[in-house]
Amino acid sequence: MPWRLLRFALNKKHPEPRMFTHHEKLKSSYDVVIIGGGGHGLAAAYYLARDHGITNVCVLEKGYIGGGNTGRNTTIIRSNYLTPEGVKFYDESVNLWQDLSTDFDLNLFYANRGHFTLAHTDSALRTMRWRAEVNKHYGVNSEVVGPEVVKEAAPMIDLSCAGHAPILGALYHAPGSVARHDAVAWGYGRGADQRGVEIHQQTEVLGIDVQGGKVRGVQTSRGYIATNKVLCAVAGSTPRILKMVDVKTPIYIHPLQAMVSEPVKPWLDPILVSGSLHVYISQSARGELVMGASLDPYELHGTRSTLDFVEGLSTHMLEMFPFLSKVKVMRQWAGMADMTPDFAPIMGMTPVEGFYLDSGWGTWGFKATPVCGKTMSHTLVNDTPHPLITGFSLDRFRNFALTGEKGAASVGH
Amino acid sequence: MKILTCPLNGPRPVSEFFYWGEVRPMPDPAAASDDEWADYVFNRNGAPGVKREWWCHTPSNTWFIAERDTEKDLVLKTYFYPGEE
Ligand SMILES: Cc1cc2nc3c(=O)[nH]c(=O)nc-3n(C[C@H](O)[C@H](O)[C@H](O)COP(=O)(O)OP(=O)(O)OC[C@H]3O[C@@H](n4cnc5c(N)ncnc54)[C@H](O)[C@@H]3O)c2cc1C
Repeated sequence: MPWRLLRFALNKKHPEPRMFTHHEKLKSSYDVVIIGGGGHGLAAAYYLARDHGITNVCVLEKGYIGGGNTGRNTTIIRSNYLTPEGVKFYDESVNLWQDLSTDFDLNLFYANRGHFTLAHTDSALRTMRWRAEVNKHYGVNSEVVGPEVVKEAAPMIDLSCAGHAPILGALYHAPGSVARHDAVAWGYGRGADQRGVEIHQQTEVLGIDVQGGKVRGVQTSRGYIATNKVLCAVAGSTPRILKMVDVKTPIYIHPLQAMVSEPVKPWLDPILVSGSLHVYISQSARGELVMGASLDPYELHGTRSTLDFVEGLSTHMLEMFPFLSKVKVMRQWAGMADMTPDFAPIMGMTPVEGFYLDSGWGTWGFKATPVCGKTMSHTLVNDTPHPLITGFSLDRFRNFALTGEKGAASVGH
Repeated sequence: MKILTCPLNGPRPVSEFFYWGEVRPMPDPAAASDDEWADYVFNRNGAPGVKREWWCHTPSNTWFIAERDTEKDLVLKTYFYPGEE
């Protein structure tokens, strides 16, 4: 190493430019406290500052930013959902994704690949047609295609899936994309930081001070903060925070695992999902195959990974792509998914005044990061839910008015 | 591989079991208000802790209770639902 460089590195006058400002201390009060420095919390902070001029905001993150599900997901972005509420909401998110890299001046490696949801049965094909019609009605590009289109897009596929689950067709969604997940957290974080928001990592929320049904402050591992508005955006930790404010929800936590292979030459352009085989796959810009399956079978508040998962996923993946038997698995991991009974999120106001919820993101919330930031910041500022999220309110359960998204969200995240 | 002890068949791989959630008392459907019923149908105790859960050993269709720490993934006890041995 040249000496000049070393001198530069050790000189306090020339600190390396950092992505974020480091704040030694928490202030005694903020206008808004955001719990969770994942994509959702940071996006809300970003839009609060950029669109609403609210900058006396802190984001509290117990670990490091993007270390939750934001940095653990398989980055599928799409809007081909089943309910009108879902389609409109995710479509707005896909629109927002388009110029995020420019907005942040940071390359998010947003790659438009096209997304196939494979149908192996008549009933699956029926759901695809339904989805395609709802999608088209709202101007979202989706169509049902035959097996030959799948074969053309992914020539290595065995259309018979080892003979026992022949592919009858697929829902093709041209806007389907992938992006670099941690860059999304950094982009939103840096943008918020530059506008005056404080990001405090290694700061855990331990309690929430509620008096007379209103939020008054937050107890953290680094002291007490007074505030009237708290946004909870903690994905798999949501039930722990809800316990602090005594709000009941249907959210339950199961791990969701994923794995990547060693890098191989580019051979797979689109994203492929099979609901019947419970697997999905895409190839990253680095050549790794990013693969996932369905939820772990039982509740667990932890991120351990299992051999059962790799075995099950590999078995089905080999039915689709037999030649992968020679490819090695490189890494596997898990995240804690905050699941809801209807596979739609829970967003907006709660029975506790000043406590706002952005949760129930289960296995499908990465794609929604931008629109969640937009709509939650609006909701916080106006104290009334943004029109795009009224279908996702916590009240819907009490009113027996669910937003049934299972047909579009259960395996294809 | 994780091993779970079925009260009838002894220790078996967890893949042979089916999980059916926490044991929860059902309110009387005729007497419960709409809010109480919705609370029972939808809301869950999602926070981690030691929970009493329904599990089934699928090959033998044996339903039983497991007491499990849902944060550490440790099964503390398994037994038949009282009165069903
Ligand atoms: C394996 C896997 C694959 C997935 N694939 C997809 C996909 O392909 N497409 C898609 O759209 N979605 C996918 N998802 C879902 C998606 O990852 C999540 O819904 C989304 O990232 C949630 O973002 P978030 O910012 O709300 O939460 P997170 O990124 O989890 O951030 C929450 C943060 O809160 C912090 N926190 C928790 N408790 C506290 C506390 N008490 N005090 C302070 N901080 C706290 C955590 O440390 C964490 O950093 C997947 C998820 C997993 C696990």
